[in-house]
Amino acid sequence: MNNSAKIAELRHSLARHASGAAGQTAVPLGHAAADRVLGGGLKAGALHEVFAEDWGGGGFALLLAARLTTRLTTRLATRLASARTDRPAPLFWVRGDYAAREYGALDPMGLAALGVDPRGLVMVRAPRPADALAAAGDILACPHVGALLLEMEANPKVLDLTASRRLALAAETSGAGLVLLREGARETPSAAHTRWRARAAPSHPDDDDWGRPRFAVELVRHRSGGVGKFLMEWKSEHGCFDAADHGAVAAAPFHRQADAQGRRAV
Amino acid sequence: MPEPLSGAPLVIAGKANNALVVHALEARAERLGLYPGQPLANARAMVQPLRVVPADEKADAALLENMADWCDRFTPLVTLDAPDGLYLDISGAAHLFGGEAAMLEDVLTRIAAQGFAIQGAIAGTSLAARALARYRNRTIAPPGGAAKAVSPLPIAALDCDAKALRALRHAGLKSVGQVAQRQPGELAARLGQDFVRRLRVMLGQAQDPLAPRRPLPDLMAEQRFADPVVSRDVTAATLLALAQSLCGLLERQGRGARILQAAFFRADGKTERIAVRMAAPLRDPAVMLRLLNQKLDALADPLDPGFGFDLIRLEAVLAEETKSATVSFDVDANARRQVLFLIDRLSARLGESRVLRFLPQDTHIPEAAAAAIPAQDDDFEDGAWPAPADPPPRPLRLLERPEEISHVVAAVPDAPPARFRWRQCLHEVARAEGPERIAMQWWHHPGATRDYFRVETRSGQRFWLYRDGLYRQAGLAPRWYLQGIFA
Repeated sequence: MNNSAKIAELRHSLARHASGAAGQTAVPLGHAAADRVLGGGLKAGALHEVFAEDWGGGGFALLLAARLTTRLTTRLATRLASARTDRPAPLFWVRGDYAAREYGALDPMGLAALGVDPRGLVMVRAPRPADALAAAGDILACPHVGALLLEMEANPKVLDLTASRRLALAAETSGAGLVLLREGARETPSAAHTRWRARAAPSHPDDDDWGRPRFAVELVRHRSGGVGKFLMEWKSEHGCFDAADHGAVAAAPFHRQADAQGRRAV
Repeated sequence: MPEPLSGAPLVIAGKANNALVVHALEARAERLGLYPGQPLANARAMVQPLRVVPADEKADAALLENMADWCDRFTPLVTLDAPDGLYLDISGAAHLFGGEAAMLEDVLTRIAAQGFAIQGAIAGTSLAARALARYRNRTIAPPGGAAKAVSPLPIAALDCDAKALRALRHAGLKSVGQVAQRQPGELAARLGQDFVRRLRVMLGQAQDPLAPRRPLPDLMAEQRFADPVVSRDVTAATLLALAQSLCGLLERQGRGARILQAAFFRADGKTERIAVRMAAPLRDPAVMLRLLNQKLDALADPLDPGFGFDLIRLEAVLAEETKSATVSFDVDANARRQVLFLIDRLSARLGESRVLRFLPQDTHIPEAAAAAIPAQDDDFEDGAWPAPADPPPRPLRLLERPEEISHVVAAVPDAPPARFRWRQCLHEVARAEGPERIAMQWWHHPGATRDYFRVETRSGQRFWLYRDGLYRQAGLAPRWYLQGIFA
C-alpha cells in the first residue's frame, strides 16, 4: 500500500516537472503587452496584490485568480469514468464575514457567464482577518490547489510585512497562484511579486451598447521586470484577457510601453 | 444533598393548578406525615416551623440531562424519563461490567456517591424496569420474568392518572397482578387503549422501544481509566490508540467514518463532546487525530479535564462504505482526495457552514438562483451552470438585499435612470440595456414585477438596477433598487 502511494506521488511530481519547474509556471494573461512586461505571463507560486480602486477592481482580482487556476488541470473523477473532462484545479476564495454585505455576495450565475466554472470554486468565510490568514496557510499547504483569492478589507494589523512574506513563501512552496485583493486599503510595503491597481474602464466611446468587461489596470510594482498601464478586456468564451484596442483610440494613453524594463517601482 | 441534622424540615414547593403544593420533601418531613402533592398551606398547618424552598423545574431538567450525559458511559442509549428518571438500554452491554447484578450495583453506587438518592432495577421492558425501580429497588427480573416480578406491586406502580387509579380501587383491584387478570377488552373500554398498551409493556408482553437522546454511533472504541487522567499527553495518546482500533473495526467492515465524535467523560460527571465531519469516508488514524486535534485547538474554551477523565470514547457516528482501493495509481484521484482533506481541515477549523460550494437552483429569481451549501456535503461534480456569454447577462456580485437608490433622474418615465445616487456617490449613466422583466413567484411570496436594467456609468462601473413594480401602477411612484455589480 505504501509503495503504490509513493508511485502516485512520484507520478505527480513528474507531471509537474514536465510542465515546468514547480512554482515557476508562468500563466499568460492573454494581453500581449502585459505578458511581455511580465516576462511571458503571471507567475504562479507567487503573491500578487490587487488594490481595487472601484467596483471593477474586485472583478479583476477574481478573474486574475481564475486565470491562475489553469496552471494545473486535473481530471476530477466523475461517477461515470467515461465522462472525464479536463478542468482547472480548484479556486479557493477566502473573505471576511462582512465582505459579502459590504461588497456583495458572489453570484455563481454571473461567474459561470464569465467562463469560470462555479463547480471548481470553494468559498471560505473567515470571522476575523487572523482566521483568514490561517485558512490561507492551510490552503497553500495543499499542492493541488489551483489558486487562492484572499480578500482583505482596509489594513488589518495582522497583515504586516511578516504575514505577507509568509504568504509569499507559502505560495512559492506550493506553486499555487495567490491573489491578495485589497479593498479600501492603503498601500504599504509587502513581499508581493507584483502589485496592481485596478478599476473598471468604460466601453468604447463609439459604442452605444456595452461589450466585454473592461479594466484599466496599472502594474505599479514588479519584482522581476517593468511596470506599465494596460487596458484589458475579459473574453468569457476563452477565459482569458485581451487587449481592449479595437478602435485603438482609447487604448493609446494606457500603453505606456515597457521601456521601463528593468526599472523597479517601489 | 446532605441532610441537615438540625433546623426545620425542608420541603420544595411548586405551583400546580394555581396553588402552591409540596413538590418534594426530605425524609424527616415525610416521617411527620407530609406527602408530595399536598397543598403547602396544609403542610404548614401540620408542621411548624417548616423550611420552604421554591422549586426550579428548569434546573431539575438540566440536572437530569447532565446525569443522562454522565450515564452515556454505561451505554450509548440513554433516555430521559422526566422529571426524575432515566432509562438505560443495556442490551449487550452488561457483560462489559461483569454481568447485570454487578452493573446495577456499579451504576447505583456511583450515582449515590455523587450525593443522589437513587433506586434502580433491571427488566426486559422499559416500563417493567421503571415500576420495579420505584417499588422494588434493586430487583433484577430474569428474561421473561417481568410479569411475575411486577404482579405483587401496588396499582400505583401503573403510573396512571388519579381518575384511573380511583376507578381501579373502586373495582377492588389492589395489585398489578389483579389488574392483569382482567380481560383487556374490559380495561380498554373503561380506561382507554393506551392503558392496556402500557400494561402489556409492563408485563413484558409488548416492547416499547426507547428513543435515543442522540444518534447512536455506527461503531465506537473506548478507553476506561482506573485513575482519572489529566495530562494532555495521555489524552492525545489515548485518542491515537482509539483511532487505531476504530480504524481496525472500520477496515474489517470496508467502511470509513463520515462523522467522528470524541466524548470525554469527566470523573465529576461533566461530559465534553467534539464532532468532526469528513467530506469522504475516512479510516486513517493519523488523519483522524490531526482533525480532532485541530478541532480541540479551535475550541473557544479549551478542553478542561477538571479532576480528570475516567473514560474517553471515539465514535464513528456515521460510517459509510469506502471504495476498495485506498490508494489509487491515478494522479488525479490523489489530487482530489487531498483537496477534500483540505476542505475537511478548513471545516474543522472554521465550522462547516463557513466552507461553501454552490449549487444551481431551479428558479429564475436572481437572488435564489444558486444555493451555498457546506463544501463537505457534496463532491465537485453536480450542477448545470449557464454557458459563458459575452457580455455576461448576470452580475458577478449580488448585494445581500437590494439597496434603494435615490435622486433618480430619468429622461422619460419608462427609461432607465440617467443619474442616481447610491451609497453617497452620484453616478452618471453612460449606457443602459434593458428592460429585462422578471416576475416574482406570486404563489410563494407576493411581490411586484421587476424591470431590470444593466447600466454603465461614465467611469465604467457596471450595475444591475431594477424598478420595483410597473410604472403606471396605481398611485405609486416607482422605486429603484441596485441589486448587483458586474465585473
